[in-house]
Amino acid sequence: MKKYSVFAIAREAMRGHKGWEEQWSSPEPRKEYDVIIVGAGGHGLATAYYLATVHGITNVAVLEKGWLGGGNTGRNTTIIRSNYLYDESAGIYDHALKLWDGLSQELNYNVMYSARGVMMLAHNVHDVQVLKRHVHANRLNGIDNEWLTPEQAKEFCPPLNTSKDARYPVVGAALQRRGGTARHDAVAWGYARGASARGVHIIQNCEVTGVKRAPNGAVMGVDTTRGFIGAKKVGVVAAGHSSVIMNMAGVRMPLESYPLQALVSEPVKPVVPCVVMSNTVHAYISQSDKGELVIGAGTDQYVSYSQTGGLHILQHTLDAICEMFPIFTRMKMLRSWGGIVDVTPDRSPILAKTPVPGLYVNCGWGTGGFKATPGSGHVFAHTIAKDDPHPINAPFTIERFRTGRLIDEAAAAAVAH
Amino acid sequence: MLLIRCPYCEEERPELEFRNAGEAHIARSANMAGESDDDFEKFFFIRSNPKGIIYERWRHMHGCARFFNAVRDTVTDKFVMTYKAGEPKPSKLPGVGK
Repeated sequence: MKKYSVFAIAREAMRGHKGWEEQWSSPEPRKEYDVIIVGAGGHGLATAYYLATVHGITNVAVLEKGWLGGGNTGRNTTIIRSNYLYDESAGIYDHALKLWDGLSQELNYNVMYSARGVMMLAHNVHDVQVLKRHVHANRLNGIDNEWLTPEQAKEFCPPLNTSKDARYPVVGAALQRRGGTARHDAVAWGYARGASARGVHIIQNCEVTGVKRAPNGAVMGVDTTRGFIGAKKVGVVAAGHSSVIMNMAGVRMPLESYPLQALVSEPVKPVVPCVVMSNTVHAYISQSDKGELVIGAGTDQYVSYSQTGGLHILQHTLDAICEMFPIFTRMKMLRSWGGIVDVTPDRSPILAKTPVPGLYVNCGWGTGGFKATPGSGHVFAHTIAKDDPHPINAPFTIERFRTGRLIDEAAAAAVAH
Repeated sequence: MLLIRCPYCEEERPELEFRNAGEAHIARSANMAGESDDDFEKFFFIRSNPKGIIYERWRHMHGCARFFNAVRDTVTDKFVMTYKAGEPKPSKLPGVGK
């Protein structure tokens, strides 16, 4: 892997850019690997990267039915924050946030992590109580979060409507300054490049169609559209399709998959300097470096794998955006799309060993997995390499739905799910 | 937006009138206190989440307000049929191969 640097740019400029190499290779699959990761999204590629760099396990294949980073990694609204209520969640999301800081240097790839601040609006007494509770809980966990008055919120984000006669007036806000955004595609590409350079095989257009188990129950490998590939350890990181893959191994999951939509506007000059979220009117918005407003909508109410969603969901979100930012009422929306998110009953992820020896699962990130990408890959690699969870992901078991030891962000998350 | 046929109103109405109520045909135990942890987990948390035909409950919230069941393909979102609550799970589906 040739290092990217200002000297590399100068060198290539001198010779007509003919020396740039492929960022990752596309090898033929081997008959057997030490570890197979199912799903080449951000979480899967990060897992492969940390297996190689932290644990020295490089005989790894990442299998992807489509193209790398083409699922939810390329469909999310790129928001990064760690201001979750419970200790377990704070642990894993802040672990990720610490890795975001410095990820571009680590990967030698510009993931454009921008700590521009995530501001969550309160519109009524209940919001104020909930968000202040978050501020205090976060600070006890060493996570930055601060309370803003409407005037301070307006100062932090000038286009915000803080007029007192708004239908849902802003009565305060919680601000996590370390929160922000990153370039989602670059995250997948950077991890893919780093993993590939260390010998990991990234095999695209290779759909897993079955999970083979030995007579003693342990995993032997996976059937794919390119034939059987053996491995004693298989990690499932398949987002909305995780329960489909787990079913192939005979494991039924506490998951349901829903379409989640997002949309972007035409590009305009910089106008939204931070991320603004509102639970009550259900909208969140930021501005990409290209200038598009990036707007997240809600999920449909029914299980679906259609990668689309109802138009009324988008309309509802745009109603809220126009309420918060009357300045945007005449903006044109450019594109909308949907991704399939796998949601657990307690709205917290599952990163764990499974009842099947050699089978591991990293799923249930629901509507907010992007922010956790580096941390999730880091602790999941540990779980696979050591056959034992990292202390940070130890609470995120499948068994919690039997024991009742839930991590109930369903009621506590700072956004509506 | 889905168009959903309410089997009570016998009319196709827009999705906004309805509330999805999750997977259908999950029987609640008559003796809940006697359920094992495993059985309670299956009843309460584990879902089939199929990519394909799903049996699900809907409620005609802003119409007759009654619960009913539906069969739908989760890939195309097309409804195969809807039927009244309490009726048995249909074994043969119109227009579906398997």
